[in-house]
Amino acid sequence: MEKNLILQVKDLNIEFHDHLIPETVVYDFDLDLRVGEIVGLVGESGSGKSMSALAIAGLLSRKDMKKRGQILFDGVDILTCERNVLRKIQGNDIGIIFQEPMTSLNPLKKIGWQVEEALRIHTELSKEERYYRVIEMLRDVELEDAERIYHQYPHELSGGMRQRVMIAAAMICNPKILIADEPTTALDVTIQAQIVELLKRLNREKQTSILFISHDLSLVRQLCRRVMVMQGGYVVETGDTEEIFNHPREAYTQKLIAAIPKVVRKS
Amino acid sequence: MKYAGKKLLTMFLTLFAVTLFVFLAFHVISGDPASSMLGTEATPARLEALREEMGLNDPVLVQYARWAGRFLTGDMGTSYSYRMPVSDMVTDKIPVTLTLTILAFFMMVLISIPLGIYTAKHAGGVIDRIIYIFNQIIMAFPPFFSGILITLLFGRIFKLFTPGGYISYEKNFWGFVGYLFFPALAIALPKAAMAVKLLRSSVIGEARLDYVRTAYSRGNRTNDVLYKHVLKNALIPVVTFLGMALTDMIAGSIIIEQVFSIPGLGRILLTSISNRDYPVVMAIIVCISLLVLVVNMIVDMIYGLIDPRISVE
Amino acid sequence: MKSGKKKNYNFIVGGTITGLMLIFIIIGFFYTPYDPNAMDPSAKFAGISLKHLMGCDNFGRDILSRVMKGAGTTLSVAAGTVFIGTFFGIILGAVTGYFGGILDEILMRVNDAIFAFPSILLALVFISLLGSGTYQVVIALGIAFIPSFARIVRSEFIKCKNMDYVKNARLQGAGHLRIMFVHILPNTFTVLLSAIMIGFNNAVLAEAGMSFLGIGVQPPQASLGRMLSEAQTYLFRAPNYAIFPGLVIILMVLGFSLLGDALKREE
Repeated sequence: MEKNLILQVKDLNIEFHDHLIPETVVYDFDLDLRVGEIVGLVGESGSGKSMSALAIAGLLSRKDMKKRGQILFDGVDILTCERNVLRKIQGNDIGIIFQEPMTSLNPLKKIGWQVEEALRIHTELSKEERYYRVIEMLRDVELEDAERIYHQYPHELSGGMRQRVMIAAAMICNPKILIADEPTTALDVTIQAQIVELLKRLNREKQTSILFISHDLSLVRQLCRRVMVMQGGYVVETGDTEEIFNHPREAYTQKLIAAIPKVVRKS
Repeated sequence: MKYAGKKLLTMFLTLFAVTLFVFLAFHVISGDPASSMLGTEATPARLEALREEMGLNDPVLVQYARWAGRFLTGDMGTSYSYRMPVSDMVTDKIPVTLTLTILAFFMMVLISIPLGIYTAKHAGGVIDRIIYIFNQIIMAFPPFFSGILITLLFGRIFKLFTPGGYISYEKNFWGFVGYLFFPALAIALPKAAMAVKLLRSSVIGEARLDYVRTAYSRGNRTNDVLYKHVLKNALIPVVTFLGMALTDMIAGSIIIEQVFSIPGLGRILLTSISNRDYPVVMAIIVCISLLVLVVNMIVDMIYGLIDPRISVE
Repeated sequence: MKSGKKKNYNFIVGGTITGLMLIFIIIGFFYTPYDPNAMDPSAKFAGISLKHLMGCDNFGRDILSRVMKGAGTTLSVAAGTVFIGTFFGIILGAVTGYFGGILDEILMRVNDAIFAFPSILLALVFISLLGSGTYQVVIALGIAFIPSFARIVRSEFIKCKNMDYVKNARLQGAGHLRIMFVHILPNTFTVLLSAIMIGFNNAVLAEAGMSFLGIGVQPPQASLGRMLSEAQTYLFRAPNYAIFPGLVIILMVLGFSLLGDALKREE
């Protein structure tokens, strides 16, 4: 493995087995993610991008799905390793945030408790140390009044604030990889831009590699140097973001680019 | 606190409505209490005197207020059939029915919560299927029939208790509780079966939600996801059910008391209904209503404690 | 497909039990092996034999014949109860759900207050007002069942009243009554049907309970609950007297609850 390569996905195939006829949702997915890099993954809904992301985070059910290939993280294959090995990676080395900040947090637990959770699982820090770490992290994701938010419940926060909380919870153990699965789709446009800026800053300051998944090419262009385009379970195009934007090879990619509203494209 | 206040207010309003309804209904049907009290000794003059004395010539609402006021001070009126204060007949029966109900409630909780969690965790497994079949059958049992079968099985065949050998709580409290064990079981079983089913589907439903995936993504063990995240959420609908089950049990104990010849509220309620002894019927119905309302109030409070979304409303 | 199999299984078993019980009851309306009220002093407490398949009771009456008649009584009372509950529940729920406003607010408050009380208790209140007897039980239980149906119908009407097909009907000039009962009501059918199944079971159990307490069906008319209360006196002498009526109640309820489960899964 190349020295600064942090994650390597080889030949990932995902098949569903909960229907009578097995259904393949991801074919021959390959990905190299380097330290401090942000890679974009674009495609329509149903193109298999979220499935791939969940597989990398080790969140696909092991029963109903058949998976082939390898997802190598630090020499460990996430697809086949023991559960307790996987658990030590989840939340500690790989963090993930989701599309729906409204439902991704436990409605009955305080924000502080949820942000702190990964620390409780993966570190030996004392209660006090954890508290300060959480407050620091909440400030780091640009949430004002962190001490108050610590004691609040998810329903008391706006969507944008909840997504910041999700980011804080995912980043609390300083993971090497952050998977952002359509993190801005459910948010207002102005908040979207703020979240993208936040991810950019966290990536720069903490050298966390980010796999940024979106159907919005303009966001991907703001954030990622490298991009992969998925359609119908296949990666149809991959390469330098600007290169792909200016000279898309696939008709599908051209269509995606054409779908971006003009005003945004100019910027 | 605002939430608690609102609930408390609703409770008193409901209590007012219920008692007013009960009072009016019995006022209409019970006819003239004066003539029923005097019976054959009635003469127009004596009737009129008694009516005046009892305040029966006042407007209905005044009579209601007087009745409610007396009720609050513990004066529940006089029984037609026994010519004794209703409170003397009722007060020592309340602990019996209450103990029976509470015992049954705890049995239901102790049986259903672990089984509900277990079946949810092992959904689709052999034991889950067996429990499903058992549940369906037990839910179909009328409580008095399970009472009869329990008498037959544990009383007659295994001789674990003496059917009909009720022990008064004033004589031997633990003997009393021991005698109530099997009646309570008969009340608890069908409700426990329903609770198992509900908790199972609630846990399974919650486990599909997004926040559970988030919890896994942080490296939680399956058990930690279940006990620290899912369970509390899954219990919200179950708490509603348990509250309703508890009020149902208060009423259900009326029937079970007949099966196991327990001298509780149910026994006098039934004799009073067939004797048309309305003051007693009214007193018992009001007592049970009060219990039901208090239970509902407690359930609402528990809700407020579990679910932070409610207290803010 | 696991779930599919289980659903069919519920449907088949539930349907078979219910079917057999119905046949049993319908035969009982026209034919019973003996006159259910005929007393044969020589057959007091006769055991199970070819002559008396379920034995005889304390008056030497044939238990099978009485169970057949009694099941019919229980079924009729339950049907009457559910009919009253559904009929008034639909009207109340439809009006409050469709029109909303102050009337809805008041009626539903009252409804909720009644709903909070156990139906047996309500029925007892009505019985003590109306006196005991078969018709009184039907009315008492029927009234006690109205709130639960009203609740269900109301929430369905609220869901449906803003749907496009209702708006469409309104544009075409359909009156309120027509919209309520021709357009919306048929769409609440599935929900209503499973509520009726549950209500039916509760009614069977409640009727049996009332008759058991001696305030329902009056002797000599046979009723399962009444038989059980009589059988209780002779429980140790003739356990079969108690067991058969109980078994029939259980089968009736079980059949319907399995069918109800099968219906619910289909949604």
